[in-house]
Amino acid sequence: MSALESDRDPTQDGTFSVVRQPLHHDSAAKHVTGSAAYIDDMREPEGLLHVAPGWCPNITRGTLTAVNYDKVRAVPGVVAIVTAADVPGVNDCSPSIGGDPIFADGTIEFWGQVVFAVVATSREAARRAARLATFEGAPEKPIITIEDAQAANSHVLPEYRFGRGDVATSLANAQRRLDGRLVIGGQEHFYLEGQVAMAVPGEDGDMHVFSSTQHPTEVQHLVAKALAIPDAAVTAEVRRMGGGFGGKESQASQWAVIAAICARVTGRPCKMRLDRDDDMVMTGKRHDDVASFSVGYDPEGRILATQLEFAARCGYSADLSLGVNDRTMFHADNAYYYPAVSIRSERLKTNTCSNTAFRGFGGPQGVAAAERIMDSLAVLTGLDPLEVRKRNFYGPGRDLTPFSQKVEDNLLPELIAELERSSDYWRRRNEVKAFNGRNRILKKGLALTPIKFGISFTLIHLNQAGSLVHVYTDGSVHLNHGGTEMGQGLNTKVAQVVAEEFGLPLDKVRITATSTGKVPNTSPTAASSGSDLNGMAAQTACREIKARLVAFVSEGYGTPADQIAFRDGQVIIGNGSVPFPEIVKKAYLARIQLSAAGYYKTPKITWNRDTAEGRPFLYFAYGAAASEVTIDTMTGEMKVDRVDILHDVGKSLNPAIDIGQIEGAFVQGMGWCTTEELVWDDRGRLRTHAPSTYKIPACSDVPDDFRCALFESEGTRETTIFRSKAVGEPPLMLGLSVFSAIFDAIASLKPGTVPPLDLPATPEAIMRAVTAMRRGDA
Amino acid sequence: MRDKVRMVRKGRIVEVADAGPTETLLDYLRLRERACGTKEGCNEGDCGACTVAVGEVGPDGRITYRPVNSCIQFVGQVDGKEVVTVEDLAEGGTLHPVQQAMVDHHGSQCGFCTPGIVMSLFALYHDEARGTAPTRTTIDEWLAGNLCRCTGYRPIVDAARAVLAGPPDDQFTRAEAETAGLLQYLNDRSDLFVGNQDAFFAAPRSIASLAALYERHPDATLVAGATDVGLWITKQFRPVAKLIHLGRVEDLDRIEDVGNAVIIGATATYEKALDALDAIDQDIASLIKRIGSRQVRASGTVGGNVANGSPIGDTPPVLIALGATLELVRGETGRAIPIEDFFIDYGKQDRRPGEFVAGLLVPKLALGQVFRAYKISKRFDQDISAVLGAFLFTIENGVIRDARVAFGGMAGVPKRATTVEAKLIGAVPAQASSWHDAFEAMAEDFTPLTDMRASAHYRLETARALLAKALVEAAGASSERTRLIGRRTAAETEVAHVGAGE
Repeated sequence: MSALESDRDPTQDGTFSVVRQPLHHDSAAKHVTGSAAYIDDMREPEGLLHVAPGWCPNITRGTLTAVNYDKVRAVPGVVAIVTAADVPGVNDCSPSIGGDPIFADGTIEFWGQVVFAVVATSREAARRAARLATFEGAPEKPIITIEDAQAANSHVLPEYRFGRGDVATSLANAQRRLDGRLVIGGQEHFYLEGQVAMAVPGEDGDMHVFSSTQHPTEVQHLVAKALAIPDAAVTAEVRRMGGGFGGKESQASQWAVIAAICARVTGRPCKMRLDRDDDMVMTGKRHDDVASFSVGYDPEGRILATQLEFAARCGYSADLSLGVNDRTMFHADNAYYYPAVSIRSERLKTNTCSNTAFRGFGGPQGVAAAERIMDSLAVLTGLDPLEVRKRNFYGPGRDLTPFSQKVEDNLLPELIAELERSSDYWRRRNEVKAFNGRNRILKKGLALTPIKFGISFTLIHLNQAGSLVHVYTDGSVHLNHGGTEMGQGLNTKVAQVVAEEFGLPLDKVRITATSTGKVPNTSPTAASSGSDLNGMAAQTACREIKARLVAFVSEGYGTPADQIAFRDGQVIIGNGSVPFPEIVKKAYLARIQLSAAGYYKTPKITWNRDTAEGRPFLYFAYGAAASEVTIDTMTGEMKVDRVDILHDVGKSLNPAIDIGQIEGAFVQGMGWCTTEELVWDDRGRLRTHAPSTYKIPACSDVPDDFRCALFESEGTRETTIFRSKAVGEPPLMLGLSVFSAIFDAIASLKPGTVPPLDLPATPEAIMRAVTAMRRGDA
Repeated sequence: MRDKVRMVRKGRIVEVADAGPTETLLDYLRLRERACGTKEGCNEGDCGACTVAVGEVGPDGRITYRPVNSCIQFVGQVDGKEVVTVEDLAEGGTLHPVQQAMVDHHGSQCGFCTPGIVMSLFALYHDEARGTAPTRTTIDEWLAGNLCRCTGYRPIVDAARAVLAGPPDDQFTRAEAETAGLLQYLNDRSDLFVGNQDAFFAAPRSIASLAALYERHPDATLVAGATDVGLWITKQFRPVAKLIHLGRVEDLDRIEDVGNAVIIGATATYEKALDALDAIDQDIASLIKRIGSRQVRASGTVGGNVANGSPIGDTPPVLIALGATLELVRGETGRAIPIEDFFIDYGKQDRRPGEFVAGLLVPKLALGQVFRAYKISKRFDQDISAVLGAFLFTIENGVIRDARVAFGGMAGVPKRATTVEAKLIGAVPAQASSWHDAFEAMAEDFTPLTDMRASAHYRLETARALLAKALVEAAGASSERTRLIGRRTAAETEVAHVGAGE
């Protein structure tokens, strides 16, 4: 082990001065003063024009024969109308296999598909004009629901399946069998900052695009493709997003590409910011899904065989649906061992917006199905749901996932035991029973549910990252990396890593906007991978610069390399020390390079999709939550009374930021499970396209008794950045503890009967289940 | 007559001579001032990212700050007021206590909702009634209109608790007298009229000048809080050329106790009317606290909620059940009608051209009367009702002698359940079998619709459930056992108990 690593032994606490500290988000003071600039806040370039999308409100699916723009053109301030005919290059902005026209070219595939863009001197003129086109066309009957698509055999991608063992025989031989079905709703991202991009044309046909995107490289590539110019002629940049949650992974591109085409057509800078309603109508959401399952189990509630089928509504195009639905399958076991298993996933094409990445990336649907199986087994065996869960956890000799990766780092037994204690589960279980015995109208439910979430992109090549670190001669450090900041604190964490490496206070490290001009060929900031990948890439760059400095100092001071370290703003040289800036300046004069490009690729991972074999995940992140709810069995209203969370982030890079991620993800997951309901009418028109109709959790939906703690462990087994773990997505699925608690409350109405509760558990969904229980048709 | 909008910004009087009739305060801030700290999240007054604080001086010289959704507030509406945005709070390099608390408690992640949250907390920080240990319910009430998608709110609540532990002390308290002087100077007697006879923003100062102006321009749009009209502009691009703002009309916002009834002036905001309605029955206050958000209730008016004629307004069913009377004025003549007669059909009200709602006469409960109201929505706070039921039972010796039952969300207008009412007479709340017929009759009174909020089936069954809940409570059941939220205080439960004749 080198000197650099020996004084940073990741298993030793107390040797860290910047990482593992609960530091503020780097932009916190800017957020609270309104000085953090989002794209719409940037100083507007001279001659800026505004772009609004135009679409055909009376066709959900069909052929467009004519569009009349006379009224659009007549609006004062309108400069140009841009359509498919104006795209110099390829009219497609798909992140995957195509099928996402930038502008619909004769064919409409969903209600809200962009047909044209209006460019005007003001945002208001553009938006007003965009509504004035008239359309002629031949509508066809749209395919809207999962059932419609199954009936029409309509798919965006082929089905996929994997598993192990002879499930049919195991099911047949099992003493008991459960058959069930869970309807799982989608979810709108509702990032507070809507989709926005600004394109500024440069010389030689260059285009500089500011985009609120999680994937600047893809924006760069798609702009280049649409404009028929080289990637090198396009720079995509983002300082921060006002939330992303996956909604800006692939679906920020279209708006950036349109802005760039409009800038090309007009020769002027163009900004496109979607109105909230347009944003919700046009962009994809979490996939809604129907999970059907057959489970063979023994009288002790232990699963012997599981057959799971998912039918996902993907919308009109493939987008990221392959990876999303694969991840549903990768998480259909959640934390449970299925001795014999078969998992099938159907990817349905419908005439609705193209469903896309959303925090958890398909995982939540798989986990929801697994948890429904556990809850159902508890009802059928009369065992406590927690007991059923424990009996089915992965464990010694029962450690192989349905996709053949061995579970080697299982923390759940200890973690659950601790949460069981700290949440006082068993005492409260008795209290809930007593309450339900005393009350007819109000019923309580309690559930403790786990998460095991696989970390790594399952598209293996995405597991790489780059960084760029410059040390200037005054000792200040400029940091750039390929990840994007959407509020998750990635920039803060990576800056902490850099500060730690150089032994500098955090304010010596300057965080800069993500730009394809600085770090190329980046992966999206997604899959919870941001700090794992970019933290490592930044560390690599720092260590390269440090190695050069150590060699220089070692030679100059005649001190062995292993006695040189970076700490407290000093370079420690044997028994003495020299301020970091002084060493840096000397190194510069001695012509030592003070800049490095770092690079990292995740080790060990493999995945052969054809044979369904390999190790798609470097490690798993674990957590659990216990939630208690009360429902009103007359109206279906529900209130969450208390939540206890215990979550594993390895050795946290920043406990304050990690707690924020966990709590925020939990509440977002709770929203998905409860109040957030997407409604399309029978014509395929989204009826919930604004916060007035689509209800994300508000402050009062979060219980006052909300306890969240980090699970203390030795840190990640794998060599991750300072032994930390990814945190963005896994805790979202802890929101399912609320859903299970509601199920538990309803189940109390009629022991032995499985409540037919759909997700989200809106008051109406709760009443449907309550009524079915009371009528006896559950 | 004055032809410029005037307001106080950063301690100075600002005049806007060319404010368009429907120019929003948000656009004014972001596009004219380029003060981009205030964000647009939804452009419909729901997410709260655009929240600013609007200061008004009271007769006592004290300034009250209300949180306002600037995206659906027209510039002219802040005439004579102080507008405070997130950029204005810090002094030099020192954060405002609210800002510092948000930083200290990690209250921001993506930061986009943060300016709005800071401004809501700023208004709460300056609220005279807040105390130094506000309950979670109070904090929830003030934050209901600020959606945050990142944090899960816990750190924001912690920040609120920390900063509210002491009395307000900031540059605004220190400059209060000076600002109050400016506001008193701006608070002139003249009518405001910006624009020309074809397109204008007008804010008359007296009922007489309002009546005269509206009679001349019966095609003008009347706006009180603009919490609905704002959306006509931002979302529907409706051509509204002539806008008459009622907010400056003297006496139109009066609240007056006239013995057995309360008069609520047309422009009294929900916040202003809250105490008077709470005194009639606490369920009304519980309900009002769930209308929109603090931002909406600080601008929105009970009169506007009625005049607007929406089938899903939350106050009309309550007012119908209570037997309120609506006062209408046109020119120099006035008339009064039972409020349920105002709602003729979907989108159609009994309001003649040039006629405006002047106020409401809301009767108080008589001895033996039990009132209950329930709102059902997907989310408790800041959601539009799927079903809202309001019930007034007159009970003698445990038997219902009279019943007024009204629902929202069940028809094209807020509507009485007359068949149900008839069948309730003679029923005994304590005997479920005695109200079975009334329960069944719900389907005769209503054929609700299915929409994104609820199905027809759920609406009908829930209407029945709410009737049952009201009867069970009238029979004396504690709301501890019948409700998840809006539970009644014990003293009131006893009154109901007595009323139920037990």
